[in-house]
Amino acid sequence: MSNDPIIELVGVGKDYATEAVVVRALRNVDLTIERGEFLAIVGQSGSGKSTMMNIIGCLDRPTRGRYLLDGIDVTERSNDARAIVRNRLIGFVFQGFNLLPRTTALENVELPLVYRGVSSGDRKARAIKALSQVNLADRMHHTPNQLSGGQQQRVAIARALVTEPPLLLADEPTGNLDTRTSLEVLGLLQELNRKSGITICLVTHEPDIAACASRVVQMRDGRIRSDTRNPQPLNALAALAELPNDGENAVVTQ
Amino acid sequence: MSSILRFLSGVLIALRAVRRNKLRAALTILGITIGVAALVTVTALASGARESIGAQISNLGSNALIVFPRSARPSGVRSLLSGSRLNEFDADALVRESTSIKAATPFLRASGTIVYEGQNAKASIIGARIPYFEIRNWKVTRGETWTTTNEALGEKVVVIGTDTARDLFGSSDPVGRTIRVGRYPYRVIGVLEEKGPSPFGQSQDEIVLMPITTMRSHVITTRRGETHAIMMSATSAETTERAKKQAEAILRERHRIGEGGEDDFMVRSQAEFKAMQDAVLGALSALLVGIAAVSLVVGGIGVMNIMLVSVTERTREIGIRMAIGAREADILVQFLMEALALAMLGGLVGALLGYGAILGLGKALDWPMSLSMTALLIALFVSTGTGLVFGFFPAWRAARMDPVTALGRE
Repeated sequence: MSNDPIIELVGVGKDYATEAVVVRALRNVDLTIERGEFLAIVGQSGSGKSTMMNIIGCLDRPTRGRYLLDGIDVTERSNDARAIVRNRLIGFVFQGFNLLPRTTALENVELPLVYRGVSSGDRKARAIKALSQVNLADRMHHTPNQLSGGQQQRVAIARALVTEPPLLLADEPTGNLDTRTSLEVLGLLQELNRKSGITICLVTHEPDIAACASRVVQMRDGRIRSDTRNPQPLNALAALAELPNDGENAVVTQ
Repeated sequence: MSSILRFLSGVLIALRAVRRNKLRAALTILGITIGVAALVTVTALASGARESIGAQISNLGSNALIVFPRSARPSGVRSLLSGSRLNEFDADALVRESTSIKAATPFLRASGTIVYEGQNAKASIIGARIPYFEIRNWKVTRGETWTTTNEALGEKVVVIGTDTARDLFGSSDPVGRTIRVGRYPYRVIGVLEEKGPSPFGQSQDEIVLMPITTMRSHVITTRRGETHAIMMSATSAETTERAKKQAEAILRERHRIGEGGEDDFMVRSQAEFKAMQDAVLGALSALLVGIAAVSLVVGGIGVMNIMLVSVTERTREIGIRMAIGAREADILVQFLMEALALAMLGGLVGALLGYGAILGLGKALDWPMSLSMTALLIALFVSTGTGLVFGFFPAWRAARMDPVTALGRE
């Protein structure tokens, strides 16, 4: 692994042309993220944070500027090359979980390996390993509609981890979850960041969630407004333990 | 290696999608199923008809020729009064003067009701001379044909077809019994072998044959020597064409038709009949195959329609797959394989239905119908092709989707 920063945005801008006007979603953003960081991007809706996430995730291309992922300029790469980059270097976790319906947790987690051309036996072994990492090995034959929101998000995290990518992108990962489940998911992400050194880039509009990150980038009107280090991030698991126990524990951990 | 695995995974994903939505799959393939079933059945029908005609023509004798009268009036209007100058003496002359004509018989035809002890049956009544049996290659299975004496004296004797025999006598032997045709009684002296239905479905075995002399004096009144046609046979299949030429020359001379004059008769050989029937059947089957092909195209459009809906419905799924690393080719393969699987399934079900229809129709029409391997292969090939062609556009659209839009992240 090289010593380049995992992410380097240089003068990146993104315009959306609508019928009448050109919307400048991102204006001249410079951002460098080092390996192993746990970064939160915060901002109100329309601040450009989702656009930045799409560009970092190689889902979208910037209109201006350069984007170097793992030291490689991916700005002008072909669609196929970018698909390979997404498959090998990035794990996605979305607000709406985005699991395939009527497909078991195991099959959902196997999917990124399918597109890597891994044989089915190998695929299954690695998917089970990833599901164990999120404590869901016993639910692997359940379909998403048989799982709770927190469990679905953990399946999504397992799917993001199964390819062992250096970068995990999470877009409002707790947006659809209650406080307790949110803290569980965040605790899991913190643990992954600490134990396996995976770089995590998380988008949120909740200050509580951002407090768990070691670095917070605040966006407004398509620009980075502030970029602050957080020397003592909130420990999500500790916070979870301090939550008043109102009897829902049994449901959550069941 | 890994791209093969990815391709196979795409196929599996596609098959699973088909299995998951059984009702939709069934409705999607319906068009192709009907198209393929129609194609297979129609092809079998056409070849069955051709075979059935072929069999009849061979049992008619491939060296048979028929002379029909034809009005030679400049107006072209045919009227009964204008009459034909074709007569039974022409038949004698044809055998006498031609080197290639083996036998000839004048021929009268009528239809009527035949009665035996309160049983009625409709039948064609044919008056001819003894060579008729030889020319039509028609054997008498029970009893015998009439003699020259019967013919010369105009005796009331008949040979009847199997259907007529069955209608009037059931299972008992008709030979020696007396039937009534019109006002007169006739003695049954023989029963013909069974011919089966004609290419156009009429029975050829509802028939009463009698000497032409008897027919003239008891069934229909005719001018002296009048004949509805002359049937003859060439000495062999090879001499048929020469026999036709000679017959035309002889008849033109006898009817005093000069150079450039228009014939008042026409000679047709069995081969020409066969060619005519083949042409009609060929056109008919081309038309039917065309209709079947159109229904296949309609079926293909149905598949395309459903696939387009399916792609739109599964936009998010496509986005998810792209986000986690599916390339355009992966998405293309997945949806193309889904369309292909549907089309092939439609083709197989259609082929099965067609096979059932062939068995049923073959029994009902009593035709030698069978599932043609060529038709089956063409049908499956075409339905597969239909799936590929009509599945490509939806699959291509899915593959070209923008991941951001597909994920609903705009």
